[in-house]
Amino acid sequence: MKRLSRKDLLDLESVSEAEIRLILDQAEAFREVALRPVKKVPALRGKTVINLFFEPSTRTATSFQLAAQRLSADVVDIKVADSSVKKGETLLDTVATFEAMDLSVLIMRTSHAGSAAMVAANTKASIVNAGDGMHEHPTQALLDLFTLRRHFGRIDGLEVAVVGDVLHSRVARSDVWGLLKLGAKVRLCGPTTLCPRDILGLWPGAPVKVFHDLREALEGVDAVQVLRIQMERLQRHLFPSTREYSRLYALTSERLAVAKPTCLVMHPGPMNRGLEISSGVADGPQSVIGEQVSNGVAVRMAVLYLLAGNEAEAA
Amino acid sequence: MVEPRLKAVLLDGPDLDRALTRMAHEILERHHGADGLALVGIKTRGEVLARRLAARIERIEKPAQPLHVGALDVTFYRDDTAARPARPAAASELPFSVEGRTVVLVDDVLYTGRTVRAALTALLDYGRAARVQLAVMVDRGLRELPIRADFVGKNVPTSARERVRVFLAETDGEDKVVIMEKEGGDR
Repeated sequence: MKRLSRKDLLDLESVSEAEIRLILDQAEAFREVALRPVKKVPALRGKTVINLFFEPSTRTATSFQLAAQRLSADVVDIKVADSSVKKGETLLDTVATFEAMDLSVLIMRTSHAGSAAMVAANTKASIVNAGDGMHEHPTQALLDLFTLRRHFGRIDGLEVAVVGDVLHSRVARSDVWGLLKLGAKVRLCGPTTLCPRDILGLWPGAPVKVFHDLREALEGVDAVQVLRIQMERLQRHLFPSTREYSRLYALTSERLAVAKPTCLVMHPGPMNRGLEISSGVADGPQSVIGEQVSNGVAVRMAVLYLLAGNEAEAA
Repeated sequence: MVEPRLKAVLLDGPDLDRALTRMAHEILERHHGADGLALVGIKTRGEVLARRLAARIERIEKPAQPLHVGALDVTFYRDDTAARPARPAAASELPFSVEGRTVVLVDDVLYTGRTVRAALTALLDYGRAARVQLAVMVDRGLRELPIRADFVGKNVPTSARERVRVFLAETDGEDKVVIMEKEGGDR
């Protein structure tokens, strides 16, 4: 596998194992760039990358922006509050305007599942989905896989728990697709309202199990991804009280003790300290939460480089 | 795609070995010793040659400190981005500061000079070397940029229809340098 056989990165569901490995291998080279005095390479000189975020984001938007800048692309960051979308322009017209300015890659975050795919089908530019509603957030899963692979040397055979609001989480969906494709086993855990058994219908026959008891879910796992409780997506009846959630599902040092001693703790951020994760665990020796953030830039550089490279190939 | 035809073996294993020994002596002579010297190979075969040259220099000079050896992957710096790399770019490894040091870049074949131009740009991102020199196993001419080698294993005038390949035991199972001709068409 030398290049991605796709224009866009919309999800991990449709990405092959070989393509995921290519992105992770390429990210290794970009990780080294971040250790240099000058953290910039001229690989995307002359290309234009636009960040279009319809939902607030600190780390993902910054991470993509840095990734594009470190590749020497021209980067424009658009917060929807200041854009013509607020004046009633349709999304496709906005994208057509960008295309007229010779856009190479558009990075999009919206609260509507499938919006990135809709735009991708209607533009020549490459689209990177940076989160579409409850659907997928592929680059987050790629950086999680990259972080796991750097620590374990492999993904194959690992058992990974994903804990929290699985139902509303695009991170969880992308993580499960990616982990399964690289040969890991997955345990999903949360209250029945936020982690219903019928979510398994997404991955029929795959090694994914649902747990409602955190202790059982964590027993003997190699890594745990703690999801953020997304107050903005929760309806009241799904979530009676934060205190009750915390009592049953927060990851604390005592609960982590049933996992393997080498178990890594991940969190896609931003964290609600004391709600889904205790500060002791978040800042503890098993936490790789900071590494996830640094690796995110390298992984996004790899994605942008490989997608923009395809464009050069076609030209 | 026409298979290139083998035209001649330019260097066999012992020839290549002798050329490396001579280059090691030339580098030492130019530097008055091995102090402050770093060898940086351009991936993939330049790295192998840089490691061999470093080992040879250490054997000759027996410096107090082992030589600094690094490797650069210059894929991200190439000017011909439309010609995609044949493999994902690998990570560069420069486990030392180039600041104030003499760096000898090492590659297998010097041709258009574009790879060396990319390597010079990449090297600058690691700091300001005191001076940079270039060692190549084969200089085949046909430069497209104003670049020349300081240390050369063998000078071979070629045409653009020909192809020069360096085989090394570490990457290809044996040591030799061959020249091949593509039948029909240019490169």
